[in-house]
Amino acid sequence: MWKYIAKRLLQVLLTLLLFQIVTYLLMDAQPGDIADLLTLNPDIPPAQREILRRDLGLDRPPLERAVVYISNFYKGDLGVSFSQYPRPVLDIIMERLPRTLVLFLSATLVSFWAGFSSGKVLAWKRGGLIEYSSTLIGVFLYTVFTPWFALMMIWLFSIKLGWLPPGKFLDPLLWLDTPEHVNANFIFMRMVWSALIGSGMTIVGLVLSKFLPSSLRSASNWASVIVPFGLVFIFWGYFTGGLGSYAWDILSHLVLPVLTVTLIGYGGTMLLTRTSMLETLREDYIMTAKAKGLPEKVIRDKHAARNALLPVWTGLVFAIGGSLSGGIITETVFSWPGIGLTLLQAATIEDIPLAMGALTVTGVLTLISHLVADVGYAFLDPRIRYH
Amino acid sequence: MTVVQNSERVLEPLWRIRLKLFARGFKKNWALFAESPIGLIGLGVIVFFGLIALAQPILVNTVWEPKVYDPINGFDIEIPYHPSPPSARHLLGTDVLGRDVLSQLMYSSRFEFALGLISAIVTVLIATTIGAVSAYFGGLVDTILMRLVDLVIMVPFLAVLIVMSALMGVGMIELALVIGILSGFGGTAIVIKSQALSVKVKPFVDVARVAGGGHAHIIFTHLVPNLMPISLLYMMFVVTGAIFSEAVLSFFGLTEIQMSWGLMINTTQVFGYLMRFDTWWLLFPASLSITFLCAAFYMVGRALDEVVNPRLRER
Repeated sequence: MWKYIAKRLLQVLLTLLLFQIVTYLLMDAQPGDIADLLTLNPDIPPAQREILRRDLGLDRPPLERAVVYISNFYKGDLGVSFSQYPRPVLDIIMERLPRTLVLFLSATLVSFWAGFSSGKVLAWKRGGLIEYSSTLIGVFLYTVFTPWFALMMIWLFSIKLGWLPPGKFLDPLLWLDTPEHVNANFIFMRMVWSALIGSGMTIVGLVLSKFLPSSLRSASNWASVIVPFGLVFIFWGYFTGGLGSYAWDILSHLVLPVLTVTLIGYGGTMLLTRTSMLETLREDYIMTAKAKGLPEKVIRDKHAARNALLPVWTGLVFAIGGSLSGGIITETVFSWPGIGLTLLQAATIEDIPLAMGALTVTGVLTLISHLVADVGYAFLDPRIRYH
Repeated sequence: MTVVQNSERVLEPLWRIRLKLFARGFKKNWALFAESPIGLIGLGVIVFFGLIALAQPILVNTVWEPKVYDPINGFDIEIPYHPSPPSARHLLGTDVLGRDVLSQLMYSSRFEFALGLISAIVTVLIATTIGAVSAYFGGLVDTILMRLVDLVIMVPFLAVLIVMSALMGVGMIELALVIGILSGFGGTAIVIKSQALSVKVKPFVDVARVAGGGHAHIIFTHLVPNLMPISLLYMMFVVTGAIFSEAVLSFFGLTEIQMSWGLMINTTQVFGYLMRFDTWWLLFPASLSITFLCAAFYMVGRALDEVVNPRLRER
């Protein structure tokens, strides 16, 4: 197993290297560069433009720059952004990566859970109006033109109902008189930590409630969800000295993008689970279980769904990788300052170091999620052994 | 044509037997396909958009005056203020630049079909060849090709497309080729390879080899025809992906395509009509067309999946 993981890690590194070389040269093959954009003012003499180009290192041959960039990358130096000079790229990425991760991890997990639980019920109750309507809804959510769907969500929840803010990361008017040391990332990272601690407590509670007698189990399941998050809310409300309102501001901006990405991901997972369940229900052991007279719910959840999980797991992990790049759409429509939006903005103004940084981070996350998928198979299906 | 001479009577020519077999197979598969309303709905939507795409050039040359109804350069002088709401003259209104929205919609659907078709064909050509070759030869060829596929799968597809088109400005054909190549070297190849592995061990492949068939002969006349059903299935999913990617790229204004559904929404956005629902005809027709056509190809793909994969069928 460990040997396999090591082998895969090596492969991941090799892929990353190839990916970087290809994308760097691809970016370099473009006509024009950022020096043209920065010196659009006609008063700037052409000589100055040449000096700027030389200072940014843009006069060197592409291959040399690619080698310099990649060797610096593995030393941990991602360069300096051209458009937000002199801010280091690593700094920008470290600020924006958590925002993307929070958005997509929470949305993917919720949509996976919801899609899996409803997909297995749908496959079990085959035929009839429910199946066709839910398939149509699933297909609609899966293939809907994402920008339009996001706009509809904004229209419904923030314009028509007025419940949630329409986009962006925070409401700047609210943040005018914050204390000196408080900024968006300060609050956001603490929110992430408190949410992680809350989820950890929930997981522990859910595991512990498995040992309780079945009469108490449902109540303790609910309690282990409600109590930790109640504690988190109480902590932010009363024990942070008024910082709770800022956290609430970020949270309210987070809800709508998460909801949109969740709904879009839900369709795919639901359809995939249904197909996978239909194949599993054909197996002989399901027939055996039925013949033994086991309750339907046990057959569905314990015998069929666990085996049907395997392809859906692939789908989940691919979805995390895919939603990071597909996240460009969602992040742009919601003006959510994550990696995707950074990539799009950097690419359109030809800020090569920043675009490379964002693209590499997306690539690394995709590669890691594929690795996790392959390792996860071994745990989900004991028949799979890696050598 | 070959005529098989029997001792008593002249049998039918071979091509007619093949045609009959094909017709019989088609009838059987059509019956399976028609069992699911999902597939029929999808097919209906595709046919609808196909008719729309064919009707536009006819309409422009007969009923519609080209100067007014041209999807790219048209302008209606008789209406004082653009965008104008739907009227008898313009069934879906006009856009900000005074062009007829319905005409744009119909004109674009032709290009969406072309884009989808080109990228699907490229994908299937590449994926089928890779799948068949790597399943047939195995060993080193298989390893190299599959590592290549692994590499392409790991690349964030849309991010690369966005960076590429932001920097270079791609047209329709280039976009279709890139999408086709990326998805051809991607997951489709693995699925087709696994199918090819199960075909490869069938007796007729051994028979062909014993009869002296070369590698190329066996791959292209014995393996590939048996991979066609599953290739067709994956073509549908590629079309969905291609139309969607094009729409997103055009929506961001990154392509150099003259008119497409995504570009219609981009125009709406550029002129600031995106979040205004009093001018719904600038946003809804194009967005819904993208959604419906993508969904239609996906649904046909799913219905084909039930034809190809007997384990999914109800009976």
